[in-house]
Amino acid sequence: MDRYTPRFYIAAATDNMSLQKARSFEDSLADKLLAVEEDSLRFTQIYRSREVGQSYVTSVWTTIVAIVHALWLMIRIRPQVAGALPSGYLLDLVQVFQILCNGPGTCIPLCVIAFLFKVLGIRWSSIFYVESVARVKKLSLSGLLLYNLRMADQFFVQWPQLQKNYPRAHYVGCLM
Amino acid sequence: MEDGENDGKRLVFVTVGTTSFDALVKAVVSQNVKEELHKRGYTHLLIQMGRGIYSPPKCDGADGSLAVDYFTFSSSIADYIRSASLVISHAGSGSIFETLKLGKPLIVVVNEDLMDNHQCELAEELEERKHLYCARPHTLHQTLTKMELDSLVRYTPGDGTPVARIIDRFLGFPDD
Repeated sequence: MDRYTPRFYIAAATDNMSLQKARSFEDSLADKLLAVEEDSLRFTQIYRSREVGQSYVTSVWTTIVAIVHALWLMIRIRPQVAGALPSGYLLDLVQVFQILCNGPGTCIPLCVIAFLFKVLGIRWSSIFYVESVARVKKLSLSGLLLYNLRMADQFFVQWPQLQKNYPRAHYVGCLM
Repeated sequence: MEDGENDGKRLVFVTVGTTSFDALVKAVVSQNVKEELHKRGYTHLLIQMGRGIYSPPKCDGADGSLAVDYFTFSSSIADYIRSASLVISHAGSGSIFETLKLGKPLIVVVNEDLMDNHQCELAEELEERKHLYCARPHTLHQTLTKMELDSLVRYTPGDGTPVARIIDRFLGFPDD
């Protein structure tokens, strides 16, 4: 875990359980994190771009809201990666950001902003997307977007059927 | 997977998670389902009904019939699952894996009222792998009459190591 520090957890605003679990996990770690300037951001909630069952029409507006919120969060969170980077990067000149995400509907705004920042040269980041375990034969809409638009650097699926249909994905087995 | 005969209590725990699934609650308290459960030696039926509107009639089972009770939500259903001899759950991945990881026999009932029901993919895949039985509210009774719980295969939990390894390698960290 010390390769990936500091760690920020972002969960959907309507999700009450995940941040609790993230906090318990972090508390259980033996080494405490290096102090971060904005400690209140370590466990944050973000507006979800689309709730389960929400109509796609109203989702346009809620997605825009979520993207603006994601932009705000991305600007406020400015971590530096501790530990070794691949050769070619100078540690003190570059701020690198790794995003590991799962939540369909929740992570898309963050990934869009991160990808935009990368394309515009504002900040480099890597996006790793793990498709939900509930997706056996078809990808979620978030998964489809990230896969087809090639926004994720590494794409993970948990069932072999998906890997057959989406060959650029890594099949990592059922993670549950 | 059989419980000890210490207090003679054999609990069937029904959970709908955070959803509303009246069709399942009604199916579970229907006459022929209760009779089948009773025939198979279950003594208590406890229903976590979530956001459902239909409240089943409670029964204390004093006359030797199945005792029925219910509640809406709990911060953690792990203890209920642990004390159950059989779990009947909606098709949410959280409820499914929580039950499988605790090693309890599980019948997953798919909610046909949900649009775009990708949830049944997970339940059907796990049923093919013989980790649980899958049913619809109107076929629950049939599943109960035909099920052989001893033929279920114990689920082995996965973990995130493969994902971590691929991310580490991608970022250029040396293999441990």
